[in-house]
Amino acid sequence: MTRLRAEGVRLGYGERVVVDDLDLDVLDGSVTVIIGPNGCGKSTLLRALGRLLRPKAGAVLLDGKRIDRLPTREVARVVGLLPQAPSAPEGLTVADLVSRGRHPHQSWYRQWSGGDEEAVRSALAMTGMDVHAGRVVDELSGGQRQRAWISMTLAQDTSMLLLDEPITYLDLAHQVDVLDLVRRLHTERGTTVVMVLHDLNLAARYADTLVAMRDGRVVARGAPGDVLTEQLLSDVFDLDAKVLPDPVSGTPLVVPVSAHLRPDPS
Amino acid sequence: MEVTVASPAGTARDGIPGRTPRRRRSLTLGALVACLVLAAGLSIAFGARTLPPAAVLDALVSPDGSEADLIVRSLRAPRTLIGILAGLALGAGGALMQGHTRNPIADPGLLGVNQGAAFAIVLAIVVFGVRDLYGFVWFGFAGALLAAVVVFLLGSVGGRGSTPVTLALAGAAISALLYGLISAIVLGNREGMELFRFWHVGSIAGRDFAVAGQIAPFVVLGLVLALVNTPGLNTLSLGEDVATSLGQDLRRTRVLGVLAITLLVGAAVAACGPIAFLGLIVPHIARAVTGPDYRWLVPSAALLGAILLLCADVVGRLVSGDRLEVGIVLAVLGAPVFIHLVRRRGLVRL
Amino acid sequence: MSAVRDSGPAPGRKVLRAGPAAWTFRPRVVAVPLVGAALLVVVAAVNIGKGSSYIEPLDVLRTLLGGGDRRETGIIFDLRLPRTLAGVLVGAAFGLAGAIFQTIARNPLASPDILGITWGAGVGAVGVIVVGGYRGQVSGAAAELGVPLAALVGGLVAGLLLYALSWRRGIDGYRMVLVGIGLSAIGYNIVYWLLTVGDVDDAARATTWIVGNLADVGWEAVGPVALALAVLVPVTLVGAHTLGGLQFGDDTARGLGIRVDAARGGLLLLAAALAAVATAAAGPITFVALATPQIALRLARTAQPPLAGSMVLGALLTVGADLTLRLTAPALPVGVLTAILGAPYLIYLFVRSRREVRA
Ligand SMILES: Nc1ncnc2c1ncn2[C@@H]1O[C@H](COP(=O)(O)OP(=O)(O)O)[C@@H](O)[C@H]1O
Ligand SMILES: [Mg+2]
Repeated sequence: MTRLRAEGVRLGYGERVVVDDLDLDVLDGSVTVIIGPNGCGKSTLLRALGRLLRPKAGAVLLDGKRIDRLPTREVARVVGLLPQAPSAPEGLTVADLVSRGRHPHQSWYRQWSGGDEEAVRSALAMTGMDVHAGRVVDELSGGQRQRAWISMTLAQDTSMLLLDEPITYLDLAHQVDVLDLVRRLHTERGTTVVMVLHDLNLAARYADTLVAMRDGRVVARGAPGDVLTEQLLSDVFDLDAKVLPDPVSGTPLVVPVSAHLRPDPS
Repeated sequence: MEVTVASPAGTARDGIPGRTPRRRRSLTLGALVACLVLAAGLSIAFGARTLPPAAVLDALVSPDGSEADLIVRSLRAPRTLIGILAGLALGAGGALMQGHTRNPIADPGLLGVNQGAAFAIVLAIVVFGVRDLYGFVWFGFAGALLAAVVVFLLGSVGGRGSTPVTLALAGAAISALLYGLISAIVLGNREGMELFRFWHVGSIAGRDFAVAGQIAPFVVLGLVLALVNTPGLNTLSLGEDVATSLGQDLRRTRVLGVLAITLLVGAAVAACGPIAFLGLIVPHIARAVTGPDYRWLVPSAALLGAILLLCADVVGRLVSGDRLEVGIVLAVLGAPVFIHLVRRRGLVRL
Repeated sequence: MSAVRDSGPAPGRKVLRAGPAAWTFRPRVVAVPLVGAALLVVVAAVNIGKGSSYIEPLDVLRTLLGGGDRRETGIIFDLRLPRTLAGVLVGAAFGLAGAIFQTIARNPLASPDILGITWGAGVGAVGVIVVGGYRGQVSGAAAELGVPLAALVGGLVAGLLLYALSWRRGIDGYRMVLVGIGLSAIGYNIVYWLLTVGDVDDAARATTWIVGNLADVGWEAVGPVALALAVLVPVTLVGAHTLGGLQFGDDTARGLGIRVDAARGGLLLLAAALAAVATAAAGPITFVALATPQIALRLARTAQPPLAGSMVLGALLTVGADLTLRLTAPALPVGVLTAILGAPYLIYLFVRSRREVRA
């Protein structure tokens, strides 16, 4: 089953087309990870899936209806999205930021309920940000800030999450923490996740489906073991690398061959 | 994840630890309301003519047609009411304006409201021969509305709607255009110059209850819309992408905000002339008190606006025997305080 | 990652080499001031030629280059040139000052009048006009010398205050803007209050000054401006190479090796001085400092206002407005028209650029 799909979308900014005629089905209850070199259109695609960017052609469909025609608040109760570089106003505390994730569940006659409180509490606890709840967002470290924003998206309590590079500023331990959290959401709540990651090894380990993009096109998609091959790394990233089985998970492990280690051809 | 220790900030009773407690903010609002009542009292009790407190009280409770009655009931009372209305309007309008443009120098006149009102009033004087204040109010209000609509439409041409930069630039450009036209007309018309230069300083003196009645419905409606707009402003302050993914309809939020600003500031400018500086400083002070949550910031800014306006007016009456208009008192007293605040606290960024 | 393949210029840039020296430049950034300057020459020549005895633009140019007859040389150099030259210099100074302020503040609304410098000058000038007129004796010398002098002093005082009050372990653009708002509110309100103090004719004279006026400018006013600009503009342009780094914020700028506080403080003072000198000569010609940097930025498609482009367009807008005015409504001050011409053009530009980006 797929609730969220892109059909023949053309995406771009102004005259410039970044993604053309792309199809993507997001399998319900699965974790889809998009990989690809910088500037290939990953964020652009994710923003379109989250109705932040209207396709110039084709359509993004949620439950068979065009997502940009659905009431935006209704969409916000189903799809949560964390942009690549969000910014908070100065002086906002972590708990206040996370509380704002409840916006789509509130209205002028129902400002704050027990459900809101429960959702914010558990969102804070899940990222370990509850200990920092009273601190001001712009005084946090890069990784803490990242986790505060993830908490806000979690508080939105949606069945689909679109995360743009959610672990980019984190140390390795917290990277694993966040990805474990994503898997947990997936197993416990059946959350559908689409995220952009740059760490190919972690992508292979945590993804059900891997989507490899280059120049706005999907080059390959499927199970990590099928997608992440030496040939693909060369095609998509111009990267010379060996692919071995990961000793922990058995998924592909990418080991780049650096230029200075490469046997001299002459 | 990290081992969770008992949370250090906040109390369990207040819901989520770390959320800014409601109680403190309610107390702040309560204190501001008390200050406003006090300021209104001062504005009725003190003036260029010194009246004994008993006479003032008498005039309020049991009027008998004495001179004190006249001063209190037909000069000071309407002046105080207009001050409250205009102060509330400019404070709330300023906070909304800065929130929507995310620009700390956005004064409430930025949508072209001030110059729109001024232009209409100049036309009223020069073309239609209007001489009295009631006429000015209607013309001023119409001009403010029209200018704001034009600025908003220009700021939203193409694309998905207005952005902070396009709104600010469109407002500045339209204001400059109208300012040029106003100067051109006034310089060629001696009588227009005469009336206009007095309107331009901004004052709440010499207006009676009828003027208050003219603007009150618009101010009240504007305040209601402003409060309705605040949750939307909160999400907007996280950036447009996040606001959209939280289900905020950007266009509707902007339209609502612009409508509220126009009603509020248009009414204030029409009745009192441009006192834009008030709407500019008050939100900064309010933000330092309440933090970035617009649901609290906007009402606080409104109350602070009314308090400051009344106080400045009373000071002007006392020190100059009412020869200094409130606009200049506000600037000369308020600006140094504002600069001091800027230097000492480093005001919160938008 | 692929290796760095070539060391050619980034796309959209061209390289100019002369021996060991090489500059990269973007064609639009160079084209805007060049085209602007060409237009400026034409407009200025027409403007100089206009008057009680009309002189053909080509004859004007010939005369300016030294090839005119006695009569034309006399008319042009003694009578006509000061007004147009003042327009060019003052417009350029406002354009440059605006571009610098907007870059330091990282805010398109930051211009000398929002920051209070114009209004400082206004307090001086309007004070002399109104108080002088009130006493009924300031007409001759005091009006001619007193007004620009008072304006200069007022503007410089405002600039120094802006600097001193914004300085707190360095200049922060945000703080500068907020302090400037406070200063301009004081100045603005005093000016408009002064207008109500004097009689209506003084108010009209003062309003003419506030709007900005080139009609009465003679050599005695042009000389000081030219001298001041001859010193300030080169210094500013040299100091301004740091602006490119400053726009990214303090941390990045420090990382690029810029002494952030010194650079910003110095540039602030220079820009304030430019604005004060220009205001003293011709009044605060409305809108030039705000609009031309934004117009230049959109025409050159750069991220921050280009300095040369802002200067040239500032001069062009001012002289162009002056010419238009003389053709249509000679009694009005030039500042009325800079706004009426500049505002629609600025609006047109950003409407167009939004169409392109968002369509
Ligand atoms: N707001 C924008 N305006 C114009 N071009 C953009 C914008 N955002 C991204 N692009 C361009 O679109 C292309 C894809 O960008 P993006 O989707 O952000 O790449 P990535 O795969 O690294 O996330 C890039 O070439 C980028 O320059
Ligand atoms: Mg990206």
